[in-house]
Amino acid sequence: MAILVIAEHDGKNLKPGTTNTITAAGKLGGDVTVLVAGHNCAEAGAAAAKVKGVAKVLVSDAPQFEGALAENITALVLSVAKSYTHIVAPATGMGKNFMPRVAALLDVQQISDISSVVSADTFVRPTYAGNVMATVQSSDAIKVITVRATAFDPAGDGGSAPVEALAATPAAGLSKFNGQELTKSARPELTAARIIVSGGRGMGSAENFKILEPLADKLGAAVGASRAAVDSGFVPNDYQVGQTGKIVAPEMYVAVGISGAIQHLAGMKDSKVIVAINKDAEAPLFSIASYWIVDDLFKVVPELVTELG
Amino acid sequence: MKVLVTAKRVIDPYVKVRVKSDGTGVETANIKMTINPFCEIAVEQAVRMKEAGIVTEIVVVSIGPIQCQETIRTAMAMGADRGILVEMAEEAQPLAVAKILKAIIEKEQPRLVIMGKQAIDDDSNQCGQMVAALLGWPQATHISNVTINGDTADITREIDGGLEKLTVNLPAVVTADLRLNEPRYVTLPNIMKAKKKPLENIKPDALGVDVKPRLKTLKVAEPASRSAGVKVADAKELVAKLKNEARVI
Ligand SMILES: Cc1cc2nc3c(=O)[nH]c(=O)nc-3n(C[C@H](O)[C@H](O)[C@H](O)COP(=O)(O)OP(=O)(O)OC[C@H]3O[C@@H](n4cnc5c(N)ncnc54)[C@H](O)[C@@H]3O)c2cc1C
Ligand SMILES: Cc1cc2nc3c(=O)[nH]c(=O)nc-3n(C[C@H](O)[C@H](O)[C@H](O)COP(=O)(O)OP(=O)(O)OC[C@H]3O[C@@H](n4cnc5c(N)ncnc54)[C@H](O)[C@@H]3O)c2cc1C
Repeated sequence: MAILVIAEHDGKNLKPGTTNTITAAGKLGGDVTVLVAGHNCAEAGAAAAKVKGVAKVLVSDAPQFEGALAENITALVLSVAKSYTHIVAPATGMGKNFMPRVAALLDVQQISDISSVVSADTFVRPTYAGNVMATVQSSDAIKVITVRATAFDPAGDGGSAPVEALAATPAAGLSKFNGQELTKSARPELTAARIIVSGGRGMGSAENFKILEPLADKLGAAVGASRAAVDSGFVPNDYQVGQTGKIVAPEMYVAVGISGAIQHLAGMKDSKVIVAINKDAEAPLFSIASYWIVDDLFKVVPELVTELG
Repeated sequence: MKVLVTAKRVIDPYVKVRVKSDGTGVETANIKMTINPFCEIAVEQAVRMKEAGIVTEIVVVSIGPIQCQETIRTAMAMGADRGILVEMAEEAQPLAVAKILKAIIEKEQPRLVIMGKQAIDDDSNQCGQMVAALLGWPQATHISNVTINGDTADITREIDGGLEKLTVNLPAVVTADLRLNEPRYVTLPNIMKAKKKPLENIKPDALGVDVKPRLKTLKVAEPASRSAGVKVADAKELVAKLKNEARVI
């Protein structure tokens, strides 16, 4: 068994999700090699070498890997793929983008978004917005897998793996990266936050949505939203939690003015503690909440801020 | 230019899905089915591009049982011109779907393929990327905007931290995210018109592709349920519970 994990990073550090993926890879039983591809990413390679359970790090540093264009990353992964039994990446925006491309060119059926490793060829994965857990067995020679990060603990520090350079493959020349517009926030990233405060349509407006800020400040929380809140223009799209947004599982998830549609629950129901604030005593979210308050959010949220001191 | 769009038939997103008692799959008998919401967005995009004079013909493809004809008719009522059903009784896995689509695309020669970013039943998020890979074409997934400029397309993609801008050479495969557009409602006259549009029915064998499943579903089950929670009276009681009982703050 030889496992290749494709890291997601910002050039300096590994992104949240990658260390959880290393934990999942460890459960397959075999040596774990981490591939760090990017432009000016030596520091990220060094960070990967320090993660516990990593046997080797490959760094491929070249301009064509900036922005992680799927065509270019795929070519690089294919250049080493045949040496591995498993190719694994987090099921994040990046992993979802290039991994099926790798799988198709290896003539392999990818296994998406696994939440548990049963054995080296059998995995559990959520389907139907997390309402149906399917146990699937792969008959392919190389397993191409994306990992639901929230289902695995992050691997800690304590490793000292050797770092080797991997020759870059040429740019595919099919597409061009023109840059990113990242939402600026001083808050933790949604997928890495210990606590999340999320607002829904009940917030009423972009202006009103801001009353969640002092609450998030007090809790050191990230801010998320339902699709209705995003579609109504209260907050940017990358705030969306749910089946078709981000999957999160923090220590605590505070849902404010969110009804609890299955598509929203799909993104947060594995949170340890769920708090719901809704004026409707019948809100479906209460069925999975640990604690709930039936009251006007515009009254409860400021009171919470005061109570938290 | 010609555009090819895909339309998968799925269980309606608002239906509560139930696992069969023998754990072999989910109940589909007498369940409301619909076009995958992301495919609906893909079709809408093609129709808008046709209305804007950029697109000349829209071909819609669905793969699955004979009932997928309804899904194709829905896409036609929205404005697609022509349909192809690849009829299969068994469900096709993404790699098989991609191989079928590759064969059809090689025959139809569209300049742009628009698909949904994921099907809301199996949630795989693979097909578009696989089709692009097999054709050796560029891909742009999770798009919220596309503008055609001659031989290239300018794309905005939704990524984890915000938005990303790309330029892809044509032909290309793009996959639709939620905010690409809001699909129109189909009107009765358009439903009637759609009934007269050409719909071809072919079998995977005729395309000469291997559709054998590579993944075997050993069982399906409902996820573990959460332990019941409690209603609290106000902010004060909540904070006390979070501190002393849940110990999260
Ligand atoms: C294919 C598909 C994919 C989807 N993907 C997602 C997804 O990824 N994420 C997602 O979130 N949704 C998703 N949805 C949408 C989902 O079905 C719901 O429409 C959405 O989650 C509703 O958001 P909401 O709870 O904020 O709004 P609503 O359902 O309108 O609920 C608002 C709630 O606020 C409460 N409220 C109003 N005012 C107050 C007040 N003053 N005080 C207290 N409470 C108040 C109301 O009682 C109500 O319960 C998807 C839908 C489809 C079809
Ligand atoms: C519990 C369960 C068990 C299953 N067991 C099996 C099994 O044993 N064997 C088996 O073969 N299948 C099985 N399936 C079905 C099969 O896995 C899925 O249909 C397949 O994986 C497709 O994945 P997806 O639609 O999520 O692809 P995605 O990659 O999420 O789809 C992306 C896009 O591709 C396009 N697309 C996908 N499929 C079609 C289509 N049929 N027609 C037109 N366009 C399409 C759409 O535009 C869609 O938005 C099972 C499914 C479930 C839920």
